[in-house]
Amino acid sequence: MRKTCLNMVYELAKRDDRVVFIGSDLGPGVLDEMKREMPGRWFMEGVAEQNIIGMAAGLAMEGFIPYVNTIATFLTRRCYEQVALDLCLHNLPVRLIANGGGLVYAPLGPTHLAIEDMSIMRSLPNMTVVAPTDADEMARLMNVSLDVPGPVYIRLGKGGDPVVSRDDDGFEIGSSILLRPPGTVLIVATGVMVNRALQAADHLVGQGIECGVLNMHTVKPLDHHRLSTYSAGVKLVVTVEEHTIVGGLGSAVAESLIDRRTIDTPIILRLGIPDVFSHEYGSQDSLLESYGLQSQGIAASITEAIASGFR
Amino acid sequence: MGTAEFSESALASLLDDRSRYLRKLIITALEGGGRGHIGSSMSPIDAIRVLYDEILNVRPNDPQWPDRDRFILSKGHGCLALYAVLADLGFFSADELTRFCRKGSFLGGHPEKGKVPGVEASTGALGHGLSIGVGMALAARIRDLNHRVVVMMGDGEINEGSVWEAAMSASKYGLNNLTVMVDYNKIQSYGFTDQVQPLEPLADKWRAFGFEVVEVNGHDLADLRATLKSLPFASDRPSAIICHTIKGKGIPYAENDPAWHHKSHLSDDQIEDLYDCLGGR
Repeated sequence: MRKTCLNMVYELAKRDDRVVFIGSDLGPGVLDEMKREMPGRWFMEGVAEQNIIGMAAGLAMEGFIPYVNTIATFLTRRCYEQVALDLCLHNLPVRLIANGGGLVYAPLGPTHLAIEDMSIMRSLPNMTVVAPTDADEMARLMNVSLDVPGPVYIRLGKGGDPVVSRDDDGFEIGSSILLRPPGTVLIVATGVMVNRALQAADHLVGQGIECGVLNMHTVKPLDHHRLSTYSAGVKLVVTVEEHTIVGGLGSAVAESLIDRRTIDTPIILRLGIPDVFSHEYGSQDSLLESYGLQSQGIAASITEAIASGFR
Repeated sequence: MGTAEFSESALASLLDDRSRYLRKLIITALEGGGRGHIGSSMSPIDAIRVLYDEILNVRPNDPQWPDRDRFILSKGHGCLALYAVLADLGFFSADELTRFCRKGSFLGGHPEKGKVPGVEASTGALGHGLSIGVGMALAARIRDLNHRVVVMMGDGEINEGSVWEAAMSASKYGLNNLTVMVDYNKIQSYGFTDQVQPLEPLADKWRAFGFEVVEVNGHDLADLRATLKSLPFASDRPSAIICHTIKGKGIPYAENDPAWHHKSHLSDDQIEDLYDCLGGR
């Protein structure tokens, strides 16, 4: 997904001379072709995220469209005030490409886990927050990214994730994609959890539980319309995210459904990472397993909720 | 700091009519808003005056003119100085100063781009302006444009680490179209900079970060003029001007007194007294 994303930056840069790339202190060879062909529009700025965001703002004020790339934690927490004021207050077209959203950097410990990034980005006015589910969807997102007037936070997975998005569905920021029609249950998932949600839905069908899956690739602006439409008639809406339970997709969906509640508004079950720092190492998959966020765990949480009468 | 050339007595020059008049505009806003960073606005106003009167290529009737020079007041709390100069040059009506900080006014306690004609960036949180200026200067270089970027910062502001990140970046690219000005009044909010967070050797710091540095008397119009007209100081690196100033300059009892960093709830008599210090309304 990351490779696709960065390749697309180069493609966009060839297409549009407003595109510039700014990295922090990335691995050797990043976007070498772009660096060679357009050295004036390729920047590697070192371990200085505050400056990178401000510099991107200055370039954007002058008409450029900077694509900024570094590790998600440092792109969100370290320079939060610059993101809030330089980018969001000025409403500038800067794209933040965040490596390793969620538990990708599991072996590196809690300093490198971006488990609250969507929450803190979502709370900023003018910010768009997108978590593509696979490399193909990433490419579709990048193709439309030039035209967003304000800042966009793009959350990257580890890479090599199974491709479950479909070209026929297209891609529009803020428009969720129904991958499986709702039944008793509707799972709303974002990022690489969409794949796991589809697998969980398969498990549940085997148990006689019809379960829809909505790919909510854009967490902000949330697709209230499709969420309301597809939630109507289901008994349980389940949100699944590789993110703290505080303030992310689950919170956004709950806010949306509560704001539009009717007597038929379904029960909401939020699945995510509990409100603690991770105390384990291992792999992304092993941590997801621990948090009950692999497909079996998701399915188990849903059957348990149904068995308990949605209490 | 403390060299005889820029000692307190050396900075105690008399203000000319225009410098007093611009300071009275600051008092007008202070009166209208009932508050304001008076000390922080009195120290940089002479430098901002010379910049706008004689150096920056700007058009008051066309604030977004693409070829204009860019000035960022990174110490956004000193905005009354910028507002006074912009209003006087006709970027907007000086009447607006009487509505400073009031509901419905476009002049807030910190300057906002898009609201105030002539303001290039919304500042107020400290340590942001230089990075934005670096981006603007790079943009001009990429497009082979000749306009200049000037960023004014406060001395307390440069406690922020982000300033030095930006300084390294400006130096890396040898941005000779970028100028830093430090309003070195030696007082930050709590007290004297040498007690809160010592900055010396300040000129050497900027030199070490790759800037060509000149120190000036920030209230001496001739010194400011000569210095600013000699920009850029070097063809291969950014320029830095350390403006030695007096916080509260022009109001004798406010000068060098940390209590005058920001003032609110001034009585009518106190306001009149401020005007009197500047020769009356």
